[in-house]
Amino acid sequence: MTPCPVRPRLQIPRPQRRGFLTAAAGLLGVSALGGCDRFAASPTGQRALKAGENANLFVQRLLLTPASLAKEFPDSEISPWFKPNGTIEPPDRAYKALAAKGFEGFKLRVDGLVERPQDLSLSDLRALPARTQTTRHDCVEGWSAIGKWTGVPLSEVLQRAGLKPNARYIVFHCADTMEYAAGSDDEAAETEKTAAPGMESRPEGAENQASDSQPAAAEAPTDEGEEVQGTPVRYYESIDLTDAYHPQTILAYDLNGQALPVSNGAPLRLRVERQLGYKQAKYVMRIEVTEGLKGIGDGNGGYWEDRGYEWYAGI
Amino acid sequence: MLSGPDIVETVRRRWMFRHPLVIRLAHWINVVCLAILLMSGLQIFNAHPALYWGAASTFDKPFVAITDDQRDDGTPRGIVTIAGHTFDTTGVLGLSNLNGQPAGRAFPSWSTLPAHQDLATGRRWHFLFAWAFVINGLIYLLYGIGTGQLRRRLIPDGDQMRGFGSSIREHLTLHFPEGDEAKRYNVLQKLSYLVVVAVLLPLMLITGLSMSPGVNAVIPLPDLFGGRQSARTVHFIVTNLLVLFVIVHVLLVLLSGVANNMRSMITGWFVIERKKLPAGSGEIP
Repeated sequence: MTPCPVRPRLQIPRPQRRGFLTAAAGLLGVSALGGCDRFAASPTGQRALKAGENANLFVQRLLLTPASLAKEFPDSEISPWFKPNGTIEPPDRAYKALAAKGFEGFKLRVDGLVERPQDLSLSDLRALPARTQTTRHDCVEGWSAIGKWTGVPLSEVLQRAGLKPNARYIVFHCADTMEYAAGSDDEAAETEKTAAPGMESRPEGAENQASDSQPAAAEAPTDEGEEVQGTPVRYYESIDLTDAYHPQTILAYDLNGQALPVSNGAPLRLRVERQLGYKQAKYVMRIEVTEGLKGIGDGNGGYWEDRGYEWYAGI
Repeated sequence: MLSGPDIVETVRRRWMFRHPLVIRLAHWINVVCLAILLMSGLQIFNAHPALYWGAASTFDKPFVAITDDQRDDGTPRGIVTIAGHTFDTTGVLGLSNLNGQPAGRAFPSWSTLPAHQDLATGRRWHFLFAWAFVINGLIYLLYGIGTGQLRRRLIPDGDQMRGFGSSIREHLTLHFPEGDEAKRYNVLQKLSYLVVVAVLLPLMLITGLSMSPGVNAVIPLPDLFGGRQSARTVHFIVTNLLVLFVIVHVLLVLLSGVANNMRSMITGWFVIERKKLPAGSGEIP
């Protein structure tokens, strides 16, 4: 007689079923990881992934006060080489012309939601109260460099301009072209005509700098003078008033006791010390005070933000 | 109709409810979190595949660097440099195939999230699941401490410390405790879980937060490690230790009765095999 596999009721053969479920779950897990990239690309996925940034902003805003300062280092810890990243030499003619003359003709434009728009030369800025801070610059890529920055606190500049009650964000418009957007849409073509009359013969959308205060902006964008299709997309960044009025938020004109080199953002570079490197906009030409970020680039508040990076870069 | 041997067989098996629901859930959520954190972390590492000691990067003298260069004959190779020593890691680290073509990237595409180079999305995955990891870990700790589960699970009993040597021998010969002794974790198990739960995972969180310039302005965490770049290096080293732990953990789960272990972490029920139980004296639970 073959052994009859009678088991007490207590021992329900869960194991086999569970084993199968385990294997199924494992397979699901593997295919889920494979599907992660598809999920991240979907609108739902992007919203879900943004939840982490929102949580970081919320918690850090709870923890950080105006008195929470980024660590300042002794001069002995200054990095021998402050690694320039991103744009190292803006290709823009207008910028090159300014740089050639030691930024003599440079004027920082402050406008938008302000009572008194400003045009400040470098010597105007140097005449304002200054702050020097030796801080660590943390690139989003992972590396750090320590530099000694001297500049005017952004709050000094904003105070002179006087914010209107609905002012919420400070937007930084920079001189360096990052890329050329396809400029074939009607709006761009129209703006070009209004912004630069008499240039209809140029390739469609070759220039669209209605928002740029630099008079020479309508020139050919590259030094070589070659015709490039599309609208130049120059670097832009934004911060809110919490960071704008932080004592360590300065518009730096000196690095390590010397005039800021072109590779590090001459003539003026934003320092927002409690955030990552891409917030530290270089080649700042214009400061625009706004109520929202919708009209800036694709509406996420910065060049890299429009390419997937967090607007709040405190982590 | 019960035949003798079958009764003995059933009597020898004893069911034990080993893992409460909270611990089982926390375990599997942690599996998902750590997998995503690891893969998105490698993506982030790939953006600047070098590690340093100190506050700032010493670009010309990295502690670890994963790059690619060319051999004397001009063929590309992937290299890992650790404290000045160079290792050829072509195919996996530094240089690996991407869509069939050799491409210079520190960690290969099959190990990163997203698979292609995309730091922005990698960061979003990393920070979202860092939150999930922290919340899950807090629930686990609160529950574990509140119910005494943690002490029972992770702190070796006095007699276990005395049997430390024999436990090592058991592991090396792949003999695992049976009977009553299998009701509790063995001493090596407890100690390794304790190190992971109390040291390595918290270290990941603290070194991770050390890299946040925002958090730094409130708590000078990098100083604990000798600077932000040191904290980043420790973050990476502890990642390696956790991967090592997971490999050993999964191997031992496989070797010490995969069905029983998996069932217990899914349903909670674990089977204790009884040694030398006299037939007929059965205590069926």
